Amino acid sequence: MGEKVFMKGNEALGEAAVRSGCRLFFGYPITPASELAEYMAYRLPQVGGVFIQAESEVAASNMIYGAGAAGKYAMTASSSPGISLMQEAISYMAGAEVPAVIINLIRGGPGLGDIQPAQSDYFQAVKGGGHGDYRNLVYAPSTLQEAVDIMPLLFQNAFKYRMLAMMVVDGLVGQMMEAVEFKYDIDPDSIPVPDWALSGKKMHGGTKNVNTSLELDPNKLAAHNFKLFEKYQKVYENERMFEAFELEESDIDVMIVAYGTAARIIKTAVKNLRAKGYKVGLFRPITLWPFPDKELKEYAQKTEHVLTVEMSMGQLIEDVKLSIFDPNKKYHLMPYPGGIVPTPKEVEDKVIEILKGGAK
Amino acid sequence: MLKDVIFAGFGGQGVMVAGQILSKAAMEKGYYTTWLPSYGPEQRGGTANCTVMISDEPIASPLTHEPTYCVIFNNPSFQKFEPMARKGGIFIYNTSMITEKPKRDDLTYIGIAATELAEEMGSVKATNMILLGALTYFLQDVVSLDDVIAAMREKLGKKKPELADLNEQALRKGFELAKEQAK
Repeated sequence: MGEKVFMKGNEALGEAAVRSGCRLFFGYPITPASELAEYMAYRLPQVGGVFIQAESEVAASNMIYGAGAAGKYAMTASSSPGISLMQEAISYMAGAEVPAVIINLIRGGPGLGDIQPAQSDYFQAVKGGGHGDYRNLVYAPSTLQEAVDIMPLLFQNAFKYRMLAMMVVDGLVGQMMEAVEFKYDIDPDSIPVPDWALSGKKMHGGTKNVNTSLELDPNKLAAHNFKLFEKYQKVYENERMFEAFELEESDIDVMIVAYGTAARIIKTAVKNLRAKGYKVGLFRPITLWPFPDKELKEYAQKTEHVLTVEMSMGQLIEDVKLSIFDPNKKYHLMPYPGGIVPTPKEVEDKVIEILKGGAK
Repeated sequence: MLKDVIFAGFGGQGVMVAGQILSKAAMEKGYYTTWLPSYGPEQRGGTANCTVMISDEPIASPLTHEPTYCVIFNNPSFQKFEPMARKGGIFIYNTSMITEKPKRDDLTYIGIAATELAEEMGSVKATNMILLGALTYFLQDVVSLDDVIAAMREKLGKKKPELADLNEQALRKGFELAKEQAK
């Protein structure tokens, strides 16, 4: 442990889950997420875990529903079209307050789209996707190392709050090889089985646990919804994560907002622009829900120009505007749909254009 | 310092593994490094490429649109990457497979009949190591030939120990040929 290894992203994500204490993986292959399932098929039997290649994403997502209901860490991974197929189970799990972890390696859409890196499932991950009023914890690491570092947090928070934790990355993170360090190795036997789990009557004092998302009495269902949203409020208060990069000065020329791979690339642009004397910084949400809105608003006081760069057509920018909620700011968008990845040069040119007053 | 390298050729020519070995050697030297494959609906015999980045600080983008170092295994890749290569860059190509002729005057071209040489040495499989050895000559401020040999042995030595010695010879051969041509 502690040693750097050179690993493919998908494999490192799988290893991170194993070291987080996850011993159950149910999945269905899809580019660019397939190697994660492949790695788990190889790795889990070594540590007494279970890997099942499900017959479909629908089945895989319902398998993690079952495993989560039994109080065990379980995970699945897929890419955009596969995640769409999982929305039914995701909604049911939200209703039944069943925790699990889902990795979404987003690819270009809509529809089958392509298999290149994208962020176009932002709305699906953050605003719902399935039916009903619910939220998921959504983490968007920007590098493989960060993804590995926060993996235990996904499982722990999923179980702490009894809700789904989703990691959204893209094909670039999954396919790339990079040096990673695993700083933890959690013994699954050290993870207590929750008292709500369907683990057998004997495990919780001879009384039966019931777990369902069905409630036909509207008053009871309303009360359940209020209870869920009290929980989500706590999550909002406790779990917002972000990074402020080069935003120390009291006045900033342009603040860029981006997450994931886009943010990683923009750091180069920020460095290059700084070298030319522009006061540019990056605000990077790490949790997409709960969105770090208060913090973003605070940093936005330092600037007139807010540039959102996203690998989608203007999804993140909606939360950016809602967070800042100031019509006097100038909002700019660089959308990269369809699997196109920004280059530092393009972002640098855009910032210079904004400051010359040429940008709309 | 940022070194950006493209390896490109047909699937099956060892394009990906050559990049992985370089990346691994750089990691062992303490550098930040990324290896990114072109992934897609690829097929055996189709074109494939990978990008290796090496830096002394964290790497922001694992992609390059203007590679400084190109290691090219076949004609389609030559056609694709020659116009993209950074001015003043190093362009290493396998003349056994490539009939294209250099068109730019602002690149250093290193043409090596790597497939024929590898065959003479005992196996066509060592083609990629000859070209990687040639590249190593130009990356000595980052990794030495010995670093690359060590990374190759760790990566390939376990699976096919019988090929490791041949691969080492191939790396040395490529390095020497690049040295001669670069003079």
